[in-house]
Amino acid sequence: MFITRYIKEVWGAVKSLTTGMKRTLYYFTHHKEIITEQYPDNRDTLVLPDRFKGEVVMPHNESNEHRCTGCTACELACPNGTIKVITRFDITPEGKKKKAIDKLVYHLELCTMCGLCIEACPSDAIKMAQTFEHSVFDRNKLTKVLNNPDSKIMEGVE
Amino acid sequence: MWSFSYIANEIHEWLSKTFNPTWTLIIEMVLAGVAVIGLFAVLGLILVIMERKVSAWIQIRLGPNRVGPKGMMQSMADTVKLMVKEGLTPTGADKIMFNVAPVIAMIVAMLLLAPIAFAKNFQLWDLNIGVLYVSCVSSLMVISILMAGWSSNNKYSLLGAMRSGAQIVSYELSAGLSILTIIVFTGDLQMSKIIASQKTGWWIFKGHIPALIAFITFLIAVTAETNRAPFDLAEAESELTAGFHTEYSGMKFALFFLAEYVNVFIVCAIGATLFLGGWMPFHISTWTGFNHVMDYIPSSIWFFGKTFFLIFVIMWFRWTFPRLRIDQLLNLEWKYLLPISMINLLVATLMAMMGWHF
Amino acid sequence: MYKEPEILSNYALGSNSGVSLGEGDFQINFGPQHPATHGVLHLVITLNGETIKKVEPHLGYIHRSIEKMCESLTYRQFIYVTSRMDYLSAHINNHACALAVEKGLQVEVPARAQVIRVLMDELTRIASHELWWGAMAMDLGAFTPFFHAFRERESINDIMEETCGARLTMNYMVPGGVMHDIHPNFQKRVKDFLQLYKRKIHEYDELVTGNIIFQNRMKGIGYLSAEDAVSYGCSGPAARGSGVSSDIRKIYPYEIYDKLEFDEVLETAGDSFARYMVRIKEMHQSIRIIEQLIDNIPEGDFQAKTKNVLKLPKGDFYTRVETARGELGVYIVSEGGTTPYRIKFRSPGFSNLSVLDHMARGSKIGDLVAMMGTLDLVIPDIDR
Repeated sequence: MFITRYIKEVWGAVKSLTTGMKRTLYYFTHHKEIITEQYPDNRDTLVLPDRFKGEVVMPHNESNEHRCTGCTACELACPNGTIKVITRFDITPEGKKKKAIDKLVYHLELCTMCGLCIEACPSDAIKMAQTFEHSVFDRNKLTKVLNNPDSKIMEGVE
Repeated sequence: MWSFSYIANEIHEWLSKTFNPTWTLIIEMVLAGVAVIGLFAVLGLILVIMERKVSAWIQIRLGPNRVGPKGMMQSMADTVKLMVKEGLTPTGADKIMFNVAPVIAMIVAMLLLAPIAFAKNFQLWDLNIGVLYVSCVSSLMVISILMAGWSSNNKYSLLGAMRSGAQIVSYELSAGLSILTIIVFTGDLQMSKIIASQKTGWWIFKGHIPALIAFITFLIAVTAETNRAPFDLAEAESELTAGFHTEYSGMKFALFFLAEYVNVFIVCAIGATLFLGGWMPFHISTWTGFNHVMDYIPSSIWFFGKTFFLIFVIMWFRWTFPRLRIDQLLNLEWKYLLPISMINLLVATLMAMMGWHF
Repeated sequence: MYKEPEILSNYALGSNSGVSLGEGDFQINFGPQHPATHGVLHLVITLNGETIKKVEPHLGYIHRSIEKMCESLTYRQFIYVTSRMDYLSAHINNHACALAVEKGLQVEVPARAQVIRVLMDELTRIASHELWWGAMAMDLGAFTPFFHAFRERESINDIMEETCGARLTMNYMVPGGVMHDIHPNFQKRVKDFLQLYKRKIHEYDELVTGNIIFQNRMKGIGYLSAEDAVSYGCSGPAARGSGVSSDIRKIYPYEIYDKLEFDEVLETAGDSFARYMVRIKEMHQSIRIIEQLIDNIPEGDFQAKTKNVLKLPKGDFYTRVETARGELGVYIVSEGGTTPYRIKFRSPGFSNLSVLDHMARGSKIGDLVAMMGTLDLVIPDIDR
């Protein structure tokens, strides 16, 4: 029958619309469901997972020593030429020449945080830091030297 | 007691004492104009922040919360931004029409404010064909949209304007028919008399099912008439980028934006007046004590409460439903709303003739 | 009657398209900046009023020559670039490349790594479908579902962030396994997600699927017959919505998919709503796979021992996987060196886009947007 079908159609439509409206009304009245994080305000409580890939850093110990041997494995592993290892030759007290890094240049602006350099490093000299607020006004600031000035290689790292 | 009518009378008495009648009239005109423009600005600010908060809460967000206390000054900041923005007129646009269109939108919205009773005895113009006037003037809105869409010299704008033309012209019908249902009950077109007829109860209760159906039809029709989702085909962000106001920027865009919100306010005010008793407090026939308590609430609060409830419902629609397609939109009007409201009007007429309503 | 300036109609981009501009027809540029194309897709649409006469996609706005770039990268390095193709199923892209390299090297991937890979793939698939669901509802004018979908997607992203170290371009797959072992919290977090998902899944039906407006916008719109789906090379949900069995996980099982219990979702209607339902049901199937695996991650290595410098033997290698959008094929030609001689990606988005013109002719602009939504186009995947 045409009329009953018509009425059924209208009724079904109204019912489906009210189901949706009930759902949105639920969220309108239940503010505890809000999931917004107020980012710059919650900086103090913000916890990033320990594996978060934010930036490559080179950890140093208290006596300003790092673990980098200057093997350039990271430079070779990097797909974008982000890392440039500049080596020099130190003269050890025994009079032997020893390869060491002069500078480990890291171009943050080129880095895609793929983590291949960290995988490649044989001596665990570099790791990912959990920083992510990298914006600066001057692009030159994004080119970083990872080893501290006057830093030395740790004893026993080959 | 403090009320709008009291303030208005005080001002009128003071003016008539100080000036001669001509000047009194002129100053009163100016005051009314300033009040209307002020109301526009305030309404725009309030409705924008309301829309943003409603949408945010529905969408499990916080919404604006940076500018001012709890973000309440956000729309003020937006206004400042829009005012200092450059109002571009594209080359190839019909310059006169392009610049006049937003003004027309505003003027129509202003004209519509005239017969609305904001509180007891507080009305700009209580003309005896109030409802007819509203339904006539509100159809002028489409002119500004068509002008904007045509003069922009942009195909997206043109499509939006054409959609809007078809849409507004169609939905006028069922909006008019549902208003007629109430007119049949009251037998009068004057706003003040329609409100007075609801002293014993609002029409949505007194008019049984026909009034309820008319109310729902009215809500759907005015949502479509004001181009709001799910009927926002004239703008249709994901289809026509911004529809008829694609090329507008700065204050010209702001005028369209404001006109949209003021129109929403106006149609909700009309709905509140016709179906929910305007400024008339909620009365239950024999409970004199209860009625007395209700009378203590100022009439302006009743009016604005009802209006903002309806505005909330329209916003609720917007943030729940997907958009219709243009042919479905017209189908809905011509195959569903129009037959339903015509039969409804017939039933209502029968009821009014037999005196079956309360 | 508005007459188009002559110079414009002469310059009609689709002049070689076989549909000539008749009286009252006009062309609009849909994109490259348009809210509904979700990227820099440029469609030149020939319209008669609101009715579409022809849709012509113009590509190349986000072409980054990923295939060429891969030729200069070693077999370890090139995997990360593929995250940038179909960024919503980055894991699955990486997986396909890792599989291709493993095929060349003939490395056996440890069982633990296989399970982790499949788990990550399925989580990625759910995340991708969540985003699609929200974005498609947004195309149809409903804004709220977008945010509701992001709530669930965000918890998947958190899982990814914890285990892989990134939220979108994880680069977790390496030839021979995965980069790290899973995080100690991984299993718990995934179970939490499953709970959240099950608690919220009915809202999807309430808000969108059951909605009468949505159904009217979807049903019977954008019809694609099974023959057309095959001849245009559609894959993934776009083909399965037309009843074409095309799930690579079932037809050419890789990793441990042949040991898992899940159904290939098939709908026969071939319209937009069928494609929509395929994706919705696929999410349920992914949940099923995750539930089977999450408590049964075998112990062992997460990475097979591989040489430091990978060299593929001379020859060509082809692998395919099922991404969230369809079949992704990776074709590597090796000359025996450390870098591929040539790489070709068969991306699902490109073939799925090609069917748009066929589907859209004769429908309205609003339908076009809905169709693009159900095809789930990711523009960087189309252009590469």
